[in-house]
Amino acid sequence: MNTSQYEAPGSVDEAVALLANAKGNARVLAGGTDLLVQIRMGMADPALIVDIKKISEMTTVTAENGGFRIGAAVSGAELNENAAVKSMWPGIVEAMDLIGSTQIQGRCTLAGNLCNASPAADSVPAMIAADMTCTIAGPNGRREASVGSIATSPGKTSLADGEIVVSLFVPAQNATGGDAYLRFIPRTEMDIAVVGVGVNLTLDGNGVCTAARVSLGAVAPTALLVDDAAKALIGTKVDDAAMDNLAAAASAACNPINDKRGTIEFRTKVAGVIARRTAAIALERARSN
Amino acid sequence: MAKHHISTTINGEPVEFLCETQQTLLDVLRDELGLTGSKEGCASGDCGACSVTVDGRLVCSCLVLGVEAEGHSVETIEGMADGENLHPLQQKFLEEAALQCGICTPGFLIAAKSLLEKNNNPTETEVRYWLAGNLCRCTGYDKIIRSVLDVAADMRSA
Ligand SMILES: Cc1cc2nc3c(=O)[nH]c(=O)nc-3n(C[C@H](O)[C@H](O)[C@H](O)COP(=O)(O)OP(=O)(O)OC[C@H]3O[C@@H](n4cnc5c(N)ncnc54)[C@H](O)[C@@H]3O)c2cc1C
Ligand code: FES
Ligand code: FES
Repeated sequence: MNTSQYEAPGSVDEAVALLANAKGNARVLAGGTDLLVQIRMGMADPALIVDIKKISEMTTVTAENGGFRIGAAVSGAELNENAAVKSMWPGIVEAMDLIGSTQIQGRCTLAGNLCNASPAADSVPAMIAADMTCTIAGPNGRREASVGSIATSPGKTSLADGEIVVSLFVPAQNATGGDAYLRFIPRTEMDIAVVGVGVNLTLDGNGVCTAARVSLGAVAPTALLVDDAAKALIGTKVDDAAMDNLAAAASAACNPINDKRGTIEFRTKVAGVIARRTAAIALERARSN
Repeated sequence: MAKHHISTTINGEPVEFLCETQQTLLDVLRDELGLTGSKEGCASGDCGACSVTVDGRLVCSCLVLGVEAEGHSVETIEGMADGENLHPLQQKFLEEAALQCGICTPGFLIAAKSLLEKNNNPTETEVRYWLAGNLCRCTGYDKIIRSVLDVAADMRSA
């Protein structure tokens, strides 16, 4: 391991300048629960590590336009302790809470989960279902991007050299909306998703679904937003027939790999089962809102 | 590259140390400061043998860089007993034989202490989930879980 330089700048501008000058051989350090493992395993060997936890804009959660802006360095434990976010977006918080153990929760971040670009990242389908966006800072200033546009293939992102995710924005949930995230893992804790599903849906006064977003993780190179799965719910009372269509659309969207956790056939089948269960929880939450 | 000069607080005492960027907090504790109570089981965040708290937050010290400790307060297993007086969790682990080889024990004790500071009335399920990041290859976990629940009960009746 050659890693030599460590910087913990106090502002986003300083962080961007450091990263831009390093010409690609630098890594952002948020919670380090992916990065430090990769360095230890020899999969990453940055000459410069830029720790973002001393940048106040990145360590806070603030209310914005009825929703929330979540700093890129906010840990899972801090998010879970934020009662306001948890009550409006329980699915996002439960997805984040599934990451690792209590110890990992003390450090891991939503932005790190996103930028690590694992196809199985648990928080990403929940964030896509909630239509979250992120603010990215780089040498040419700031830009906004949808969460779904960040990961491009396993381990790769659309961030340019010197770009950094500053914060994530989740809009206001609809008054009669509900979200949920579930994953299938072979164990009960501490495992990597075989399938993960995020669902966010809204009902009207008659209990008819007027809007929905369904996202699948771990069944393709990046998390998917499955329009056909959403269409299966919209215009229905989310009854059994709609749930069958949802499950079929979720399975049809899968393009998974075979590995020791699950075969292609298994993942494809389970995607439908988990989509149905997740939608049932989102529905329950929407009804009680 | 020059070493980093870090000022931190460990178990309530101000401590300064020198470290390289790539040294983890666990490396620093064990190799630079002689605090060998925290163990390295995996170095990848899976086993919890290296558990410490940083500003009261439970973390794996193998997944924290030593340089990140600058200005923060670290609590390790060495700070758990009060002189000769064991912490109630340490006492209960001994009484109820919640350890065999002992490699996992410092991590379990630090993690359990952090749970009971947040919640002195956890259910068995809550204890098991809280401690899911601490692995033990000897005890089968039941005696550990029982000890934590018993200490919680003692705390509530004290
Ligand atoms: C024991 C263990 C269990 C785990 N379990 C799970 C699990 O169940 N589900 C799951 O999804 N993941 C799991 N993970 C993986 C990891 O914890 C998560 O991906 C976590 O969210 C990463 O966040 P972090 O802040 O620690 O990222 P870091 O390690 O700090 O960063 C991850 C990557 O993103 C980059 N990065 C970080 N922040 C930014 C930013 N703001 N802008 C640009 N780039 C950035 C880093 O340079 C690095 O490449 C586990 C890891 C461990 C060690
Ligand atoms: S040594 Fe840190 S978790 Fe195993
Ligand atoms: S007592 Fe040996 S690993 Fe737990």
